[in-house]
Parts: sequence; structure tokens; C-alpha cells
Amino acid sequence: MRWRVSGSSSSVVPVTDDVLLRARGLTKRFGTFTAVDGIDVEVRKGEAFGFLGPNGAGKSSTMRMIGCVSPVTEGELRILDMDPATDGAAIRARLGVCPQRDILDEDLSVEENLWVYGRFFGLSRSEVHQRADELLQFAQLGERRRDRVEPLSGGMKRRLTIARSLMNNPEVLLLDEPTTGLDPQARHVLWDRLFRLKREGVTLIITTHYMDEAEQLCDRLVVMDHGRIVAEGSPRALIAEHSTREVVELRFDLDDQERHVDAVSGVGERLEVLPDRLLVYVDDGDAALTSLHARGVEPLSSLVRRSTLEDVFLHLTGRTLVD
Amino acid sequence: MSAPATDRLAVTAPASGRLDTGPRPGLSQAERLGAVMGHHLVVYRRTWKGSIINRFLSPLFFLLSMGLGLGTLVDDGAGGVDGVPYLQFVVPGIIAVQAMWLSFGESTYAVFGYIRWNQMYAAMLSSPLRVTEVLGGHLAVVGVHLVVATTIFVGVASLFGAFASWWVLLTIPVGLLTGLAFAVPTFALSATLDNDNGFSLLYRFVVTPLMLFSGTFFPVEQLPAALRPIAWGTPLWHGVELSRDAATGTPPGWLGVGHLGVLLLYIGAGWVLAHRQFSRRLVS
Ligand SMILES: Nc1ncnc2c1ncn2[C@@H]1O[C@H](COP(=O)(O)OP(=O)(O)OP(=O)(O)O)[C@@H](O)[C@H]1O
Ligand SMILES: [Mg+2]
Repeated sequence: MRWRVSGSSSSVVPVTDDVLLRARGLTKRFGTFTAVDGIDVEVRKGEAFGFLGPNGAGKSSTMRMIGCVSPVTEGELRILDMDPATDGAAIRARLGVCPQRDILDEDLSVEENLWVYGRFFGLSRSEVHQRADELLQFAQLGERRRDRVEPLSGGMKRRLTIARSLMNNPEVLLLDEPTTGLDPQARHVLWDRLFRLKREGVTLIITTHYMDEAEQLCDRLVVMDHGRIVAEGSPRALIAEHSTREVVELRFDLDDQERHVDAVSGVGERLEVLPDRLLVYVDDGDAALTSLHARGVEPLSSLVRRSTLEDVFLHLTGRTLVD
Repeated sequence: MSAPATDRLAVTAPASGRLDTGPRPGLSQAERLGAVMGHHLVVYRRTWKGSIINRFLSPLFFLLSMGLGLGTLVDDGAGGVDGVPYLQFVVPGIIAVQAMWLSFGESTYAVFGYIRWNQMYAAMLSSPLRVTEVLGGHLAVVGVHLVVATTIFVGVASLFGAFASWWVLLTIPVGLLTGLAFAVPTFALSATLDNDNGFSLLYRFVVTPLMLFSGTFFPVEQLPAALRPIAWGTPLWHGVELSRDAATGTPPGWLGVGHLGVLLLYIGAGWVLAHRQFSRRLVS
């Protein structure tokens, strides 16, 4: 890997233009149902790349094709310059896979789970033990190493699954919804660990339906819906392109909202009507509130916030990410 | 006295090269199977206590109650079975039945769970391992269990004078083949079922009748003619007959070749089906 010291700062950033994964017209069908519908994706070495989309968008189906455990129905897929159809085992030797559901052997202890998994990659006994020691530390599970997995908390199991996916020192780490079901604190611990990996040069490919996770972790992402890619770019570029700088959220009495739509719609660039609130897309939220006030719009509550990927998704699909 | 540096180097295992960036050395077939078997044996080290009663005591109970208890009656009343003392008649049957039990025990809920519940097969398949090794490795572990269990039982039974010939040692490979003739197709079944209700039916309507109607406790000739095809068409009777020939030191002849062929057929056809179902379930 080539390293370049960026500017005068001392931080070392791995710079690559090497394409690590390329998909063209990638399609997955189950019977007549199309789960992934001809997507084009390129991921570069060292990047954190995200698939953001609601339930059923086809994120996991895509991840399983990338993980070389699900044959491509149609289109082209190349990973690490190899073809999953013929070189699946050689590709998997260099991938780390953290599936959507923690699949751990609950009868075994924490460290045993790591040891046996390392052996699947042909690591020697001493390599397996050494890796497990390092990763238990990394995942903050050192004190629980001899405990059975079953009674561990959700966050601990997740960290163990991620530690396990790192046993073979992967060049690419696939994370399918890494923090779904975790409490905020556990999520932040996990994000911190993922940042570290990225700093060490591991390419991260992440799926999520949390826009904050996508914004936090991803250099670049694609927004998926119904098996298709509806937008692509960095989180900031996507927001700039598909939304305004700020958003005003207005809440009214339940049956009152309808009445105010007309009055509100003249203000700002765009208006989204959700079941429980109105979203007004504007560049200056406070100015918009003032002019709404002048029009006699008196909501129960109002909130000015900056645009997020959630707004991008809403704009592109007319639906919210998490329902 | 300090050892020369080269000696010390030789003690540390060489790096596998499989943690390096870039293309990594592939795994040999033996390493692949070894990794899968290693996993199952680690699990077994944790769970064996729970299975000990079924695995080792049940056959022993049958040996005591049938071989010694019922055997006394049979020998006194009828002079054994075709002149063979009942204990020597029934113990080879129990060897085959034990193999069947053990195989069902290892290839129903265990396999279903690895597919559905903890999804360990999927975890294996996200490494360089492939369906062939995931399936083959698990079956190999079942094979190890069969050999160990049969050997122990033969050892225990010989203390009771259950055998007439050293050829009895051949019952160990016979137990292995009989067990696999059940295990391999059952792996295929377990990978096909959508829920685990089918297993209780399997135990009730397959395992128990086969145990009773396969010439284990009495020759199949005593069965009503209509029931005999059950024995001929399923693996257990063939295993029982082979086991009995071995235990009594009877040269098997063409009939023995036929028995062996049936067992191998079940194993071979089971493998094809199991491989297909595993691929459908796990690599779809
Ligand atoms: N093995 C399968 N057989 C049939 N349909 C499937 C299979 N796997 C996924 N699907 C369908 O494909 C669609 C996409 O599923 P997928 O799991 O890829 O979505 P996802 O984006 O990961 O959703 P989630 O956020 O819920 O995990 C869904 O409608 C799902 O029901
Ligand atoms: Mg998913």
C-alpha cells in the first residue's frame, strides 16, 4: 500500500485510486422477484463506502453477493481483481464478514469462537491465539474471554462478531447493519472501533438504514431503494445536491395540519407532508419561521435543524428511511 | 546451556502467510476438513456430558435387558437362535441400532440448528471453506463418533462374552457404514425441512419401527411377510446382517456384498442430495 503524508499535518492517510470492487448492472433475483436490480458501484481501496436504504431495499442481498456466498444472477462483479464465480474462496480469504444477525456459537466461550473461526482461514494455532488476544483487547472483551457467549449483552455479541470477522486480518470488511439494535452508547463504541480500522487502511463496506450512521462512517455512499440506486456521493454532497441547508419541522394539532399546508407551502423551496408533521426546506430556518409567523401560522411546536440524509431519502423516494 | 538459534527458530511454527495483504496461500483439502472438524470437536468438548446417557448407556441397557435377561429365556426355551446363543445373536444387532440412533441424534436438530438457529454453516462459508468441506467435515465428525461409540460398546459387550470370534472387530467399520447410511440422507432431510416438527415424526415412524423390524431382536423371517420389505429396503437390516456375520465370523458371501452395496448406495445418494440441499439453503 502507498502512504502519503498529507500536507503539513502529521496524519498519515492511505491514498489509493485502486478500485477494489466494481459492479456493473449487478442483479440478484430470487425466482421472479428482483431483490437487486442492476446496480453500478465502485469502491476504492481504503474508503468507507455505504449502502443506505430502508428495509427490503436489497442491501443484504448485495452484501451476500460481495461476500461471495450468493451467486450473481446477472451483471458483472469483480472484487480484489477476481471473479466471485470462480475465485470465491480466494476472495473470501481476504474479506471480513459481519452479517446482519450475530451468528455465534453460543455454546462456546468468547475466545473459542475466535479460535475456531480463525482456523477456517487456515491460520496456525499460534496465529489464532495471538490474533484472538489482540482482538479481544480491541473489542474490549478481554475480561469475558472465558465466558460462554450466550449471556453476553447485544453490544458485546456485536463486538465479538466484528472481532471475529477480523481474525483473518481482512483487507475489506463487510458490515451489514453493524449497530442495528444497539443502544446509543454501544453504537458510539462501535463507531470508534470502525474508525480505527479505517485509519489502519481497512476498506469498509457498510449497510445501514440509519442516516446518522451513514453520515458518521461513510466517505461515500449510495442510496438504495427497491433494489436500485437512487443517488450516489459523499454525505455532504448528497445533502447539498438533494436538500436545502436547513429544515423547519412544524407540528400541529392532529386534524389541524391539513388546514395549514396551503399557508406554509409558499415558504421555502419545498414542503414535505408527513403524517405527524410538516417539513419545510429552506436555507435560513429562522427567517422562514418569522415569515410563517407573519402569515399567521401558529404550530404547536417548531424546530429548526440542518438537513440530513433522511431528507435526501425523503426527497428522492417520498418515503422515510425508518418506519 | 543455550540452544543454537536455528533450533529455537524451528520450534516456532512457521507463519501461514494467511494474514498478509494480497493474495494468500490457499488451504489444502486436509486443512479445510480439519478446520471444520476442529470446530465440531470443540463444541463437543463443551456438550458431551448431555449426550452421554443416550449415547453410551442406552445400548448398555439393551445389552443387559435383552442379551442377558430375555436371552436366558430364549436359550432355555429354544436353544438360542438357529443354535447361536441369544446374547451373541442380539449384540451385533444392538451395534447396528446404536449406530442408527447416534446418527439420527447427530444429524437432525444439530444440522437444522446449524442452518437455521445459530447459522454456523453460514459462518463457515464466509471463510474460504466451501459446501463440500462444511458437509464433509461435519459428516466426518459423525463418523468419528460412530467409530468411538461402536468400539466402546464392542469392548464392553465382550466382557459379557457376547462374541464368538475376533472378526467382531469388523463390526466397527460396519457400525460406521450403517450409521452413515442414516446420517448422510438425514443431513439432506434436515437441510430441506422448513421447521423442526418433522423430526419427532421421523423418530416415531422411522427410527422406532426400523429398530423393531430389522432383524435386530429376532430374525426378519419371523416377521409377517408384508413387513419384510421394510427391512430389505432400509439400511438397518443390512447393517444388522453384516454386523452379525462379522461378530460370528461367518464369511459374508454374495449376500454380504449386497448388504454392503445397499449401505453404500444410501451413503452415495444421500451425499448427492445433501450437497444439493446444502447449496440451495446456504449459497443462494
Ligand atoms: N433468500 C431469499 N429468497 C427470497 N427472497 C429474498 C431472499 N433474500 C432476500 N429476499 C427478498 O429480497 C428483498 C431484499 O432483501 P434484503 O435482505 O436484501 O434487504 P435489506 O435491504 O437488507 O433489508 P433489511 O434492512 O430489512 O435488512 C426483500 O424483499 C426480501 O424479502
Ligand atoms: Mg439486510
